[in-house]
Amino acid sequence: MNGPHDLGGQMGFGPVAPEKDEPYFHAEWEKRALGITLSCGAFGAWTIDESRHARENIPPAAYLAASYYEIWIRGIDKLLERHGFATRAELLSGHAQQPGAVPKRVLKADMVPGVLAKGGPCDRPVKTAPRFVAGEGVKTKNFNPVTHTRLPRYARAKTGVVEAVQGAFVFPDDNAHGEGENPQWLYTVVFDGAELWGGDADPTLTVSIDAWESYLEPA
Amino acid sequence: MHDHDDDHEHAHGHDHDNHYSDMQARVKALETLLTEKGLIDPAAIDAIVETYETKVGPRNGAHVVAKAWSDPDFADWLKRDATAAIASLGYTGRQGEHMRAVFNTAETHNLVVCTLCSCYPWSVLGLPPVWYKAPAYRSRAVIDPRGVLAEFGLTLPEDKKVRVWDSTAELRYLVIPERPEGTDGMDEQALAGLVSRDAMIGTAVAGKPESLT
Repeated sequence: MNGPHDLGGQMGFGPVAPEKDEPYFHAEWEKRALGITLSCGAFGAWTIDESRHARENIPPAAYLAASYYEIWIRGIDKLLERHGFATRAELLSGHAQQPGAVPKRVLKADMVPGVLAKGGPCDRPVKTAPRFVAGEGVKTKNFNPVTHTRLPRYARAKTGVVEAVQGAFVFPDDNAHGEGENPQWLYTVVFDGAELWGGDADPTLTVSIDAWESYLEPA
Repeated sequence: MHDHDDDHEHAHGHDHDNHYSDMQARVKALETLLTEKGLIDPAAIDAIVETYETKVGPRNGAHVVAKAWSDPDFADWLKRDATAAIASLGYTGRQGEHMRAVFNTAETHNLVVCTLCSCYPWSVLGLPPVWYKAPAYRSRAVIDPRGVLAEFGLTLPEDKKVRVWDSTAELRYLVIPERPEGTDGMDEQALAGLVSRDAMIGTAVAGKPESLT
């Protein structure tokens, strides 16, 4: 979707403001927000792609005004309600009122080191051979789905070169919507700055994205 | 009771601090609810926070870089299979499942961004800083990287190529900065002290050896 999250090339946000000796958290609630988000992810009820899409669906004015952990909490609220773990009334009251969905697992403290160390690999075997090879010219498609995609707007309908075939990975555009993992080959595609931004681009600039095969056509 | 409407901004104006205390109440209520329902274990949250406050952070990545500078075989492995090479040092897991190492050279400077969210190599750098997740960086890194770097106090030579990596998939990028001059006699541990988090994102270069004294 062409949501507020798709920020590449937008203007007007002002300078980057690095904070010297920045702490990992700026408030106690941020720590809890991180832990709640990871704990709820461990339910096994939704995928990382669905959770990203939940955040992208926050209306633009709210998304851009929110801190990042606030975006996470808004996303988690939606996912808990959608998957039946909490009702809206419960989320509003902050207290349990009725039984809800049962998760595949509840993350306990003693499971945390193992779960974090294992992560969630997204590479998958596929039976097909990659359609493109390194060095080949490709053009990204021009599409504007209302659903989840990982092809940023600034890199649509652009001509670039496949730099590497990275393996086959879960296809987020389907997986975000419960349509299965449907793995596809993934390619690192590199574009000249001028192809993305026109004649005024930095002449030394190249930008790469990681693009699933169905995002690409032969150049 | 706090306002809990996801889809509309709060009608009342409030300053930044009040916003934060709203969130304090909201997140507390959410943790209470989920604990009452048996869905989360507050001790697990404590363990997650402790992991990212004390165990998983940029020192992991600095170790990887220092080893790459010191050991050509390791650097080769890192180029070919960064996930395995990094795992050999014990750094694995969440948001580091599929690692790629990109090497700065005399010709090219690498810079990593996630324009679509906040993808970041947690296993080697820990949790991302606020600026990495914020719109200013995510919007401009791909169109005006030199302008962004200037805001970090880094000015590259005009003829240096700038390569920006937008982390649009599950590959996570670690920049291997150039080894500074005057570091020939230094061991891995001392070298790691020259490698900042920002140098491994690409918004800085490695420190000079005199910066340690």
